Amino acid sequence: MKQVPATESKLTIVADGNDIDRSNLSFIVNPYDEFAVEEALQIKERLGAGEVTVLSMRQHESQKPEEALRTCLAMGADKAILLDGPAFHGGDSFTTATALTSAIQRLPFDLLLFGKQAVDDDGGTVGIQVAELLGIPHVAVVNKLEVHPVSRAVVAHRQVEDGIEVVEASFPVVITCQKGLNEPRYPSLPGIMKAKQKPLNTWTCEDIGIDPGRLGASGAKLKTLRVEPPPTRLTGRILDGDTSTAVKELVRILHEEEKLI
Amino acid sequence: MPNSILVFCEQRDGQLKNVGLEALGEAHRLGTSSGVAICACIIGSDVASSANDLSAYGASRVYVAENASLAHYSAELYATILSDLAARLQPVAICMGATAMGKDIAPRLAAKLKTALVQDCVSLKMEEDCSLVATRPMYGGKLMAIVKPVSLALQVVTIRQNVFPALELKPNTSIPIEYLALPTTRTRSVAKVREVQQTVGGKRELTEAPIIVSGGRGLKGPENFKLVEELANALGGAVGASRAAVDAGWKPHSYQVGLTGKTVSPQCYVACGISGAIQHQAGMSSARVIVAINSNPAAPIFKLATYGIVGNLFDILPVLTEEVKKLRKKCA
Repeated sequence: MKQVPATESKLTIVADGNDIDRSNLSFIVNPYDEFAVEEALQIKERLGAGEVTVLSMRQHESQKPEEALRTCLAMGADKAILLDGPAFHGGDSFTTATALTSAIQRLPFDLLLFGKQAVDDDGGTVGIQVAELLGIPHVAVVNKLEVHPVSRAVVAHRQVEDGIEVVEASFPVVITCQKGLNEPRYPSLPGIMKAKQKPLNTWTCEDIGIDPGRLGASGAKLKTLRVEPPPTRLTGRILDGDTSTAVKELVRILHEEEKLI
Repeated sequence: MPNSILVFCEQRDGQLKNVGLEALGEAHRLGTSSGVAICACIIGSDVASSANDLSAYGASRVYVAENASLAHYSAELYATILSDLAARLQPVAICMGATAMGKDIAPRLAAKLKTALVQDCVSLKMEEDCSLVATRPMYGGKLMAIVKPVSLALQVVTIRQNVFPALELKPNTSIPIEYLALPTTRTRSVAKVREVQQTVGGKRELTEAPIIVSGGRGLKGPENFKLVEELANALGGAVGASRAAVDAGWKPHSYQVGLTGKTVSPQCYVACGISGAIQHQAGMSSARVIVAINSNPAAPIFKLATYGIVGNLFDILPVLTEEVKKLRKKCA
């Protein structure tokens, strides 16, 4: 689970020009990760067995992933683990996948659920890379999931351009979750009270036995030179007049000037 | 071939995807000035006949992995074929479309090769040392990041559809074509595609369409989507929908444009009765021309629109469809 800036946030760029200023932002559980948490809870409820662990990582000092983890615990997850320490700061999808993989190898699991992408970096990369680093299969962008505990396998519906791929895979498997999979619940008041008593453990890079040189900015394969606002669009033209005049003008422009028709 | 770019040209059912050809075009443009060879790779069950066609789009060499077992997409198998080929060719970059398939292969491939990955690029530049500087949207298109690999090693990039132009060269029937052996060491458990269910059914896929007409809450009901569909048909485009229209059950999620739907960058995007919330903009703001039709002059969509008409879309859309049809007839 990744904590991300709220999607309505007004973003400003730091003086260095290579990142956003996070100091005044409010953060939320990445919306696609909510589908992942909800799916895990529903699977546990359906099977009447199992344990749901939520794993997150603090990638920026100003992030408050504990809050997001408590939200997931309040939804019903059993325990939470936060990877924390300066070694995890900065970095790219590869160092994130590397860190998560080392942590996951210390936990028992059958299913690893991720959001299909985080709505800040919009990469859609980490879940699949964890699968590759663990040497297990993955099914990405899933909007329907059947879990068969006896045969220890899943059947997942994955959204592609012109249809649905129906994919089979055996445990352990990575699933990345797409909208439509479920409707994430809101934490209930008793859930929020209970969440305060649930374990939220912090693991450092020593705890997961990984050399800090492979993590964060020092392990990253990619460097952000700068971030900038998208190219500004020219001020648009409102076509005036009655319906017929405005429409005729629009069709003329699309044909003669824009060469679209 | 250390001086090469490897392009994975995706196909489904023997049909090459445009974006793979766009990737070839961009690779060719990047490589021509620095003498970089453009190697294309196609993978599937009945794809060899497409191999020769690729020269017309900029390929100077084609690698074909063809086998019945490759009929359905497999992330593990496809990524292994490409990583084996990359280990042999040592290209400066591996490019593919940022499609459902490309975005699925690229992370595995980059992790296998322990190399940099840039998803969904909208601009690429080659430096003198042959490393690629890429521009990619983040935060739903609110910002662009300009990124570069830390070391001078192979990198994997996926490119956004409809952004880079494909080439149209004279086909060269004598370019070298090499058939690849299938990877044999498959002891690991892999995900298997059991079947592919078509949902769009013959209609043009949203992310590939040059023109998209989308409808939102302003349509007031599912029955009125026919106004949008008629305009889309007249324009030869595809139909999209806003989140509001999808959440109301007027259209399935596969039509949704925006943050939790599809990201499109057509030549022309016509937003009908869509207010243009930031989440919707995330999916369509890179369209070349944006036309907004909305009754509320204060709707945020007009800030983004290249052309806007303020008014009742139930009056405007039928007239617009008629005018487009008239023009088409005149030009035909």
